[in-house]
Amino acid sequence: MDSTAKILKYQLRDMVRSKWVIGYALFFLLATYLLFQFGGRDVRVLASLMNVVFIAVPLVSLIFGALYVYQSREFIELLLCQPIRRHRIFLGLYLGLAGALCLCFVVGVGLPFIVYGLQGEGDRGRFGTLVLSGILLTLVFSALAWYIATAQEDKAKGFGAALLLWFFFSVVYDGLVLLVVYSFGDYPIEYPMIGLSLLNPIDLSRILLLLRLDASALLGYTGAVFNKFFGSTAGTTTTLLALAAWAVVPVLMGLRRFARKDF
Amino acid sequence: MIDLRNIHKRYGRLAVLTDVSTTFRRGRISAVVGHNGAGKTTLIKMILGLVRPDGGEIRVDGRSVVGDCEYRRVIGYMPQAARFPENLNLHDMLDMLRDLRKDAVASDYELFEALALEKEAEKPFKNLSGGTRQKAAALAAFLFQPEILILDEPTAGLDPVASCALKDKILKEKSNGRTIVLTSHIMSDLEELADDVVLLVEGRVFYEGAVEKLVRQSKSASLERAIAHMMQGVEVWTALQKS
Repeated sequence: MDSTAKILKYQLRDMVRSKWVIGYALFFLLATYLLFQFGGRDVRVLASLMNVVFIAVPLVSLIFGALYVYQSREFIELLLCQPIRRHRIFLGLYLGLAGALCLCFVVGVGLPFIVYGLQGEGDRGRFGTLVLSGILLTLVFSALAWYIATAQEDKAKGFGAALLLWFFFSVVYDGLVLLVVYSFGDYPIEYPMIGLSLLNPIDLSRILLLLRLDASALLGYTGAVFNKFFGSTAGTTTTLLALAAWAVVPVLMGLRRFARKDF
Repeated sequence: MIDLRNIHKRYGRLAVLTDVSTTFRRGRISAVVGHNGAGKTTLIKMILGLVRPDGGEIRVDGRSVVGDCEYRRVIGYMPQAARFPENLNLHDMLDMLRDLRKDAVASDYELFEALALEKEAEKPFKNLSGGTRQKAAALAAFLFQPEILILDEPTAGLDPVASCALKDKILKEKSNGRTIVLTSHIMSDLEELADDVVLLVEGRVFYEGAVEKLVRQSKSASLERAIAHMMQGVEVWTALQKS
């Protein structure tokens, strides 16, 4: 086992005992359970759950991620004094954090689905898509959290940046897109719209799931274009690649910072 | 042996270390002293590769260390403020270190006994006091019988029993021919431990030499008085420089 895997192992051991991380799993467990109790047993549960996931996963990954990095400063220094290359330490710690959050998310959302049962092929596919987007969003936003907390020494500024980033991608970005649609509605902007949605990981995941829910009709004519693009194999591949890029780029940026940083 | 040559470091506009050259020798305990913010911790972190110098060279046993990580095999470090993953306990921590250092021949558990860590070893770190975490950090620093020990204020925050046990251990390792570098504000500790002193003032080496020589030269009764005397001298000197 190389040093990255060893660090990952001990970090996971630390994380799964953390009450915050356990609380995160319980939150999804409760949310999913309640939606099943009060929301019926159809596609609507998934649609409501989607909104919960797309708000909570980025927020918690960013804030908890940044909190973790700031709190572990001394532990990181201890690791840095071992004969291990810096990028191995960074990858081990990042994967440990993101892995623990993914695990909690999958367990929290997955258990109720297993208990209440998934009906048919379509349900399984949709559930799979939701879990996959949750995992990808965790990877993306914990990578961003690592980048922010490595680049910014000042905790208050770091948390501010993390919160702003979350607010931007969850709220402001959609507003800007609406503004664009409103201003340029008379022009054929469907294809630029696809480009715009690639720039927001949350939007990407949402589109991926909405198409699975057959709800693209809600998006009107744009929805038809989206359906044509994202529904195709090439579209799905592009979406997944874009999400992967959203995770890989901040990791590489964080790695670069981490390798040069003075502790 | 650790050799620093013409080390420079700035954080933005603030010059933390300016043209620092000094040597820490084998079989001796070297103390880095100076006011708060004089650059002691930065200097120590530079030897460990935690901070990169803007200029100059650091050699450990003759090998240049900037950009290397293998040389850290022979270094044990005890930081000023020790914090470990909150939900792990001392046993997890030691398992991890041993796992990461499969190359290490033997582990040294003397401090585990001497610092009475047995009864704390099962508790998660978040429930341990600052002093106990400090003890755990001391154990970790000595664990792999390193040739070089770097101790940043090792006795600050320890109770007298633990402090004495740690000092005994430091002296024992010195007699084993280790290179030991420490910082401290506790003068009685320095008196007990230090062979050589490096005084840093605003990031420059103001004085370096053997303790006896320093005490003799300053005609003081003790090391504490000699250093205090020197620091006052520094204040006069810097005041003169500024005027």
